[in-house]
Amino acid sequence: MVADAGREVVLSLRDFRVTFNTLLGPVQAVRGVDLDVHAGEIVGVVGESGSGKSVTFLGLMGLLPKSAAISGSATVRGTELVGATRKQMRSVRGKRVAMIFQDPLSALNPTHRIGNQIVEMIRAHQDMSKSAAMTRAIELLDMVGIPQPDQRARQYPHEFSGGMRQRVMIAMAIANDPEVLIADEPTTALDVTVQAQILEVLQRIQRELGSAIVLITHDLGVVARVADRVQVMYAGRPVERASVHDVFAHSVHPYTQGLMASLPSTAGERLLPIPGSPPNMLHPPSGCAFAPRCVHAQPKCTDGAPPALALVGTNETACVRAHELESEVIAGG
Amino acid sequence: MADAILQVEGLVKHFDVRASKGLRVVHRTVQAVSDVSFTIGSGQTVGVVGESGSGKTTVGRCLLRLIEPTAGSVKFKGQELVGLEAKRLRELRRDMQIVFQDPYASLDPRRTVQDAIIEPFEIQKIKGDHVKKVADLLELVGLSPDHARRFPHEFSGGQRQRIGIARALALNPSLIVLDEPVSALDVSIQAGVINLLQDLQQELKLSYLFIAHDLSVVRHISEVVAVMYLGKIMEIGPAEELYLQPRHPYTQALLSAIPEPDPIVERDRQRILLQGDVPSPINPPSGCRFRTRCPIAKDICAEEEPALVTRGSGHPVACHFAEVMPVKVSASSASSTPTGAAL
Repeated sequence: MVADAGREVVLSLRDFRVTFNTLLGPVQAVRGVDLDVHAGEIVGVVGESGSGKSVTFLGLMGLLPKSAAISGSATVRGTELVGATRKQMRSVRGKRVAMIFQDPLSALNPTHRIGNQIVEMIRAHQDMSKSAAMTRAIELLDMVGIPQPDQRARQYPHEFSGGMRQRVMIAMAIANDPEVLIADEPTTALDVTVQAQILEVLQRIQRELGSAIVLITHDLGVVARVADRVQVMYAGRPVERASVHDVFAHSVHPYTQGLMASLPSTAGERLLPIPGSPPNMLHPPSGCAFAPRCVHAQPKCTDGAPPALALVGTNETACVRAHELESEVIAGG
Repeated sequence: MADAILQVEGLVKHFDVRASKGLRVVHRTVQAVSDVSFTIGSGQTVGVVGESGSGKTTVGRCLLRLIEPTAGSVKFKGQELVGLEAKRLRELRRDMQIVFQDPYASLDPRRTVQDAIIEPFEIQKIKGDHVKKVADLLELVGLSPDHARRFPHEFSGGQRQRIGIARALALNPSLIVLDEPVSALDVSIQAGVINLLQDLQQELKLSYLFIAHDLSVVRHISEVVAVMYLGKIMEIGPAEELYLQPRHPYTQALLSAIPEPDPIVERDRQRILLQGDVPSPINPPSGCRFRTRCPIAKDICAEEEPALVTRGSGHPVACHFAEVMPVKVSASSASSTPTGAAL
């Protein structure tokens, strides 16, 4: 199910930038991200450590420390989040945009019962009695697949397993029917059999509630399973964006291709790592940040501003040589 | 198969823990590893996969006696390690090394790379031109000899893992336990370290015990794979056979849970979704340890523990129903022909 143009854009990022002011100088973690997330779709945001995938969304949620300077635009159905006051942010966070994290244990309060924590979340945004909110909390726990939700609501976080805690986090996140759910590596800390359960829950939420979900992950397998569209990030910028089928079947950007080739295949051929390592974002290279590691790089790649996403075939790709490389592939069979 | 370099027989490791029950302190036993047996052939890679709490790391550490096994036998080149006196053990440890998961935690931040790699020689009181040896080792793992004077913080995660490998290679071991050596690394970096491990194995005739939770990495590097669950081996066999025709319901579920990086395969796939979580190793289920989550469990599974034996044809499986169960061909076999299979 690929989001079509007719669908409403719920979350929109334009030239979104995050710079951390450090003692060594400004670290440009996010250097201009554009993204539209439509109602009812799951967008996978993929990248390796330091690509800026998490920082982008922590930034738009207002969850970064003061040393982070944020610019550009991030709107939720027209409401601008960049430069919003704390009060405005509070009315958006948890209500219109909710987020779940990699480590659910550190996101839950160990001294409060699970049910009460969800009640608090509901009552922060909705005018509802405590008992009605508790009924709703139990409903939510049931919805994310926690057995005996009325008993479990009276328990504390330490009485839950890792997978169950992540379900609780999802229940809290959807408590106020958010327009966008941002899931930051939600299954990275979990075992594969439990990961499969959590992905199932996220897909059910997308189907039943029609939520837009942003799934931030480094795991290409997870993206292949649940995402409708994929945005690949490198050095703080998007380098490729397309439907999940187009990204996996015929990626255009050399970085995306490199990522795919580094994965162990079933046939047992030798792996093809990407040479070198990601750039230091204190001094990002000029032009395309991937050029120093790219086998197709030419002098023109390192000139001027980093390339913007442009449509090549079915995929939007940020590569100045994309058209040439595309035709080489076709010519080469 | 070539001669066995390592033979593990009936390995058991119990940890005593103190748990609080209200105000009382009670002593409990975590059965981390229960009756594990396997063999590593010379020059072979045996992979151990399992979820957290399966005991795979404990097995690796028991082999080097970094943890004392509670019971069982570990024979390295025919020499029994369990109960061996410390002096003899130290001599044997020259020949068996370990690489840890976290390349940040396994290097001392205040010592240069050279110091870190020389340390094994000092511990073993080996004389010689260590500086030259360090330069050779760094070159062997794909780093520059100039890196010797630098400190760990000057390196990336992948480079640090290469330093950890260089250190493990310093004493020319024949067996290396690799405990999640690539799981902290990004995929583009991980591929380079896996290639390095394979090259070194070829060149230096190394044997590996490769412990990981990433099943596709284990499949790629291993000849034999053991699947562990709650301290026991559920199934063990040649890698391709085990991945293409898993016979234990746990292996089948585990393989069906790995997301394949291929959307067509992924969306077409029949998945066995296990319910619930791994039970506590303090109080493991009676009979078959997997029965509480097993989709085909029957009464006998609670009463009688299935032995890890060859049932019918193929490799050893610890399941009462391995013979009668239809062999499920995992989806990963379909993905070796990427587009055709699912369309």
